[in-house]
Amino acid sequence: MTSRYDSLFLDVVSRAIVPLIQIFALYVVTHGHYDPGGGFQGGVMLAASTILLRISQGDESYERFSASAGLYLAGFGALAFALLGFMSMAFGGNFLEYGYAVPGMDGVVLRYWGIFFAEVFIGFLVWGSLVAIYDGLTTGGVDE
Amino acid sequence: MTWEIDFWLMIILIMFAVLALEVKDLLAAVGILTGYSFLMALLFAELGAPDVALTEAALGAAITGIFLLVTLRFVSRREDPEEEEDA
Repeated sequence: MTSRYDSLFLDVVSRAIVPLIQIFALYVVTHGHYDPGGGFQGGVMLAASTILLRISQGDESYERFSASAGLYLAGFGALAFALLGFMSMAFGGNFLEYGYAVPGMDGVVLRYWGIFFAEVFIGFLVWGSLVAIYDGLTTGGVDE
Repeated sequence: MTWEIDFWLMIILIMFAVLALEVKDLLAAVGILTGYSFLMALLFAELGAPDVALTEAALGAAITGIFLLVTLRFVSRREDPEEEEDA
């Protein structure tokens, strides 16, 4: 679906609704540690907004979010999540035991921010992977 | 958690599921499946699981429908029993 469907209504409505979806998705990601939602759900919403632009705007959407950017986003999310997990292992804790992540800081604060950053990185991972799956389906494979 | 809402949502859910299996037009089947996911999300929210409902609404009603629609471009739109025997 790389050709743009020529409809004024589709164009205007998708342009108007995508920022709202993305703001709500950011809310879901950043409030995931004490509200319903979290990295996965927010990432899926971000991917849905990007795919809506892919469908409605066609080739123009690849200028802002290129076909390989999905894979890079997913790779960044996975790598950062793994580093966050191993950071606490380096200072004597278990994998993802945030209380040990930075020596000398209060454990409660560390656990709060550890869960927050884990949600954010999972959001990047899900966002990138779903957009990469869509690009792979429509263009027949994503290259570097 | 009113049992009447649960009951009627469940009845419509089963109707949607049977319809999605029986309909021959695959585009219509994708649409019905998306509606099924949306009703499922309503049911989850009504049963007091907003987290699961959010996931089902975002993933089942949006992403799965889009992926199935994209896949439909590569296969024939109608489910034809004669072609299945040849394949």
